[in-house]
Amino acid sequence: MAPAALFTALCRVGDDRLILGHRTSEWCGHAPILEEDIALANIALDLIGQATLVLQYASAVEGAGRTEDALAYFREAVEFRNAMLCELPRGDFGVTTVRQFLHGVFSVLQWDALSRSVDPTISGIAAKALKESRYHVRHAGEWVIRLGDGTAESHARTQAAVDALWPYTGELFMQPTDEADLVAGGLTADVSLLAPAWQQQVRDVLARATLQVPGDGWMHRGGRDGRHTEHLGHLLAEMQIVARSHPGAQW
Amino acid sequence: MPPSPAVAEDPVRLAEFEARIAADGSIEPKDWMPARYRSQLVRMMSQHAHSEVVGMLPEGNWITRAPSLRRKMILLAKVQDEGGHGLYIYCGTETLGVDRHDLVQQLLDGKAKYSSIFNYPTLTWADIGAIGWLVDGAAIVNQTMLAKASYGPYARAMVRICKEENFHKRQGYEIMTTLARGTPAQQAMAQESLNRWWWPSLMMFGPHDADSPNSDELKRWGIKRKSNDELRQRFVNLTIAQVKAIGLTVPDPDLAYDEATGDWKTGPIDWDEFWRVVKGDGLCNKERLDARRAAHAEGAWVREAAVAHAARRAAGD
Repeated sequence: MAPAALFTALCRVGDDRLILGHRTSEWCGHAPILEEDIALANIALDLIGQATLVLQYASAVEGAGRTEDALAYFREAVEFRNAMLCELPRGDFGVTTVRQFLHGVFSVLQWDALSRSVDPTISGIAAKALKESRYHVRHAGEWVIRLGDGTAESHARTQAAVDALWPYTGELFMQPTDEADLVAGGLTADVSLLAPAWQQQVRDVLARATLQVPGDGWMHRGGRDGRHTEHLGHLLAEMQIVARSHPGAQW
Repeated sequence: MPPSPAVAEDPVRLAEFEARIAADGSIEPKDWMPARYRSQLVRMMSQHAHSEVVGMLPEGNWITRAPSLRRKMILLAKVQDEGGHGLYIYCGTETLGVDRHDLVQQLLDGKAKYSSIFNYPTLTWADIGAIGWLVDGAAIVNQTMLAKASYGPYARAMVRICKEENFHKRQGYEIMTTLARGTPAQQAMAQESLNRWWWPSLMMFGPHDADSPNSDELKRWGIKRKSNDELRQRFVNLTIAQVKAIGLTVPDPDLAYDEATGDWKTGPIDWDEFWRVVKGDGLCNKERLDARRAAHAEGAWVREAAVAHAARRAAGD
């Protein structure tokens, strides 16, 4: 198995969690209620923990001496492989909640599929992460329903969030062609197969939230190959500033 | 919240109450207590809860810039703990017959105090080390005493919180140790941070005993077991050894060891600075309060939605 293909596939999984975790962590101290400050910090911690495990393994697979920290702190935006959905600004609590839900449902399906990987490191990480992500989806899904089926204002804000984020969801299910051998070998999962279950679960919750599912339209793509929105560069500038100011330092 | 003015208490009950405290008894929520005891506890506990919540801001300021994934996770867990402490102490305060929402409103209205230390800015990554080590370290000295407070719910909260604060202090000291043994730039960062946080940490224990208006009453009723100066001295003695162990120095030319008492004696504390920051002219007083107000205002539609949805559910809609 080509290590380069597995390395890239692992970066796609890890970078999603790292970048979404970063955005989630921005809420710390600014949430609508103290309970949500705690919950969002907890979710951010889980996501960054998942990212750390996956990037650690990516580092081992690459075998070039780049640690998980080197991967997080010393790659350029065009080297990141996360879906663009994860890097969009945090927006209001509606945007954050809807994104957490849309990505969370995908995440549960992906971890579930990866928990059956023939690679024991991947299946082990996935089994642990699956439990955490199930909780994230439950938490976000309950809030989507509360906000959609809350007041006129919360309904309007949440519908606007669904509409704005929807064009970034298609990328989650575009199976990169460079992973064909990995999927055939049972190492990673074909994300395109996860789309029907995702559609069903998302539509179910949006219906209970009295929210409309946006119509079919163009789906943005590029993040899995390093082509991102302008937002990622700013996010990384903040995330990497201390580490890059002291190259070679231990923390 | 200002303590309520002295009211005439039933002298028999008051005597029983004070005898119970003198015998090291514990007061529970349903027990009779003087109005002043209740109001002093509400004041202290709500200030403590507010401090935990406001304290999330200066540390949260560095989560997105933490220089390694491990440090980022530890800091996230720590700030999450602080939020949990705030929630826990707000709940404890509610056992005294007040409502958490009213307490939060007092904070937002600028009527309630919180620890002045959080009105100082966090300027470098080393400040995350300094806060864990010094600020949480000072808090532990204070809270270890409060864990023996006469009011049961507060004392029990402190026992639990102190356990977590010990982890926080350890991670802070570990950050400083790593920096102090790091590159010349990291060593300079650690020393510069210690220079800024040393004196404000000593001020955390409050004014000298002679200038502390609430101390006598709090000691008589077993809410505080030790004076501000006693606690400060304990903190200094513990911390100077730690400073020396990692090769840093405190910014105090008058620091001297007293052979007779075994205490490290510090130079004079700048109480003008202390009172200036307490009274609102610290660099971040306005920013911290503005941040809490903004979070509250921007979250109003979320809280309203939750209430509306719950009501609809309850109505079977």
